[in-house]
Amino acid sequence: MSETVEATVKQICQACGNDRTRMMDIVRAVQEKFGCVSDAAMDAIARTVSTHRVEVESVVSFYTFLSKKPKGQVVIRVCNDIIDRMHDVGRVAQAFSDALGIGFGETTKDGKISLEFTPCIGMCDQAPAAMVNDVVVTGLSSDSAWSIVRGLQEHMDPNKLVEHFGDGNNSHELVRAMVSNNIRKAGPVVLAPLAAGDALKKAVSMTPAEVIREVKTARLRGRGGAGFPTGMKWEFTRGAGGDKRYVVCNADEGEPGTFKDRVILTECPDLMFEGMTIAGHAIGGDTGIVYLRGEYAYLRPFLEHVLNERRAQGLLGKNVCGKQGFDFDIRIQMGAGAYVCGEETALLSSCEGLRGDPKNRPPFPAQKGYLGRPTTVNNVETFCCVARILEKGSGWFAELGSKGSPGTKLLSVSGDCKTPGVLEVPFGITLREVLKVCGAEDAIAVQVGGPSGVMVGPADYGRTICYDDLATGGSIMVFGPKRNHLKTVSIFLDFFIEEGCGYCTPCRVGNVLMKERVDRILDGKGEPADLDYLQQLAETVKLASRCGLGQTSPNCVLSTLKNFRSDYEALVKKPTDGMQPAFDIRAALGAAEAVVGRKSAHFGA
Amino acid sequence: MSDTITFTIDGVEIQGRRGQTILEAADDAGVYIPRLCAFKDLSPYGACRVCTVMANGRPQAACTQPIAEGMVVENDTEQLKKVRRDIVEMLFVEGNHFCMFCEKSGNCELQAMAYRLGIAAPKYPYLNPKREVDASHPDILVDHNRCILCARCVRASKDLDGKNVFQFIGRGPHKKVGVNAEANLSDTNADVTDKALDVCPVGALLRKRVGYAVPVGKRLYDLEPIGSDIEAKRAGQEK
Ligand SMILES: Cc1cc2nc3c(=O)[nH]c(=O)nc-3n(C[C@H](O)[C@H](O)[C@H](O)COP(=O)(O)O)c2cc1C
Ligand code: SF4
Ligand code: FES
Ligand code: FES
Repeated sequence: MSETVEATVKQICQACGNDRTRMMDIVRAVQEKFGCVSDAAMDAIARTVSTHRVEVESVVSFYTFLSKKPKGQVVIRVCNDIIDRMHDVGRVAQAFSDALGIGFGETTKDGKISLEFTPCIGMCDQAPAAMVNDVVVTGLSSDSAWSIVRGLQEHMDPNKLVEHFGDGNNSHELVRAMVSNNIRKAGPVVLAPLAAGDALKKAVSMTPAEVIREVKTARLRGRGGAGFPTGMKWEFTRGAGGDKRYVVCNADEGEPGTFKDRVILTECPDLMFEGMTIAGHAIGGDTGIVYLRGEYAYLRPFLEHVLNERRAQGLLGKNVCGKQGFDFDIRIQMGAGAYVCGEETALLSSCEGLRGDPKNRPPFPAQKGYLGRPTTVNNVETFCCVARILEKGSGWFAELGSKGSPGTKLLSVSGDCKTPGVLEVPFGITLREVLKVCGAEDAIAVQVGGPSGVMVGPADYGRTICYDDLATGGSIMVFGPKRNHLKTVSIFLDFFIEEGCGYCTPCRVGNVLMKERVDRILDGKGEPADLDYLQQLAETVKLASRCGLGQTSPNCVLSTLKNFRSDYEALVKKPTDGMQPAFDIRAALGAAEAVVGRKSAHFGA
Repeated sequence: MSDTITFTIDGVEIQGRRGQTILEAADDAGVYIPRLCAFKDLSPYGACRVCTVMANGRPQAACTQPIAEGMVVENDTEQLKKVRRDIVEMLFVEGNHFCMFCEKSGNCELQAMAYRLGIAAPKYPYLNPKREVDASHPDILVDHNRCILCARCVRASKDLDGKNVFQFIGRGPHKKVGVNAEANLSDTNADVTDKALDVCPVGALLRKRVGYAVPVGKRLYDLEPIGSDIEAKRAGQEK
């Protein structure tokens, strides 16, 4: 048995050139083959690629989709993020559990099926949803959970679970997913047709400096959340020297409530690849990498196919578009379940075959990125904008949107609304208009920008979606009249606790402490002083955390303390007896009472 | 391009060398910036965040942030002292620290930092985690209860000992120091003479049978607070 492990691992490593920096591909392949990366496999990997075993374990133990302990041949991962909970995922989860006769985190006795929870898989517009290995199942009910389990017990083939395919390329023979696009509003920049090569041909007829100037004139800013000017990032990367530079596309889309990149990857991959190739020309790079979140593995064969077509058309490979000396190709790097890997430096660590820990800055990726080379990391949608800017011109683009935020933005709307889905809207649109399009006029709160963003109430619905007002990477989560905001905050904090890398103190410990206090308040044991305690704690975490995760995880606490303070105030009580409400003296005395065998004298027999 | 860089810390002008971090330049100038994960012979890591300063108005880890000409650094302010207290308190409640009977007491940087920052008891609730002790090695004890995840041992084993005995495993709250073996330190090539054992700021990594050797009153931090050695340099320079 162990001999086959050794031999297979060696083969897998060899297929990856025995290259340590391809560790993600190696451990993913081993996991897929054996259902785990066992001690023996880690030893074998370490020996084969000349690293230390603990380095391998360090990687394996970081990613949710990898495990040291054996998992079933099929793993069912039920998304239990906030939106799924709003859609009663609890009942679906119970049905899976009953049908399989196991709890979450367990594997059936025959070793065939494992059941787990997972955070947002980018299907909030068709929640509740789950992954069965790489196959996505959506719009679940208790009935469908039962029939999925029955089907698996019969054939053990997740692909057979999908009977109806979704719209557009979801029904492409290489996708065959039941996922729907749910495009509620298309726009002129991203969700519009492009003849492959049109934008790229224009770009290669220009000098790199001219391309960068065009992107700068369009005043394009990053669509991934931070909003950094794209042209400037490219200029830094190009100027950083060295002979090798990289273009990286961030398709990790891990922010709960965001699924617009999923739709781009399904419907407009050419636009995105074209943007990446243009970036390659602009910065002087010859390699592009798409970091695709593990949850979107079902799109990989289709994306590889699109890349092959582009190669055949001369849009990738040697002398792209006939431009002598411009060689550029793109590969796909799979993630393995880690939200923090959407942070650009963590993403690069992961690409390098390491734990997904963010890196210290400076140096910035533009100076020293992937394998120490200058690298530009941009969001999926940003690359689409680039291609359109080159096709239609910066003037055309700058006319769209608002003054400070030219262009359009893709929004992913989910939660308590009639038509959840993706909208391409011009920047400057009010939140109220967005809610109207999605049939969410009775919303009592909206989370803009995902858990790391802010929660606003009706008083703020007149505010606009743009970089200078309500900025968002795309996530818009709607909360209707029944929702309890503190519960939402508690669920968000759970997410940050589990998804943080654990590198720095404020984020690793602070998120746990914030959740403890929010839960205490929810439990009716809070006191007025807890509001100030939370405020101060949140401020410390925000100020002192090392990367964007911890710098934004307190936002859910801070924004609800500001915008929904009365929700907190209604739950906390001023202590009347001089005792802290959270202190249960009877419970505290319990252990001592048990030892002496009688009740405390102060509380009577 | 001149190699000298002039900047200020709390209004005091300081000369540093190009390429130095704020922490290094401050040390040379005899200005103490509290720190726990930074260690003189090891590469900057930036994990504990105790060294957080404001550099040109933005929070930065002094141990990883390079100095720049004209940079305005705030260090000893009420705001930052509070942030540092908060962080040190977080480390106390995150692990299980029983200083009263700990071998490292008096020589422990975490304990000394708490004293220097004026922490009597943490305002946060103890998280009382369940953590392991690895006593498998004949000469070395690993007590995860006291580990503050500073990565000093990880870096020292790799860069000073050339061994890679330690590396982090797990993510988020499940993160811990792992060893280069299935489970036990005794199955690694760790040795009692390893430099990695000298760098642990707390009592998480200890040599066996040498504890409590220094009597109370003569331990490293019994008489002077942590950082005094660095501040003494400034006193010397001012004379
Ligand atoms: C915790 C965290 C998660 C992130 N996740 C993503 C993501 O999934 N996709 C993305 O494009 N950017 C994400 N970002 C932002 C990236 O760090 C980076 O700013 C972005 O990819 C840059 O691309 P842009 O300039 O085109 O927006 C994340 C940031 C943080 C701190
Ligand atoms: S064992 Fe000591 S040196 Fe190693 S990470 Fe923990 S506290 Fe730091
Ligand atoms: S000393 Fe700078 S982060 Fe720890
Ligand atoms: S006194 Fe600090 S770890 Fe023991």
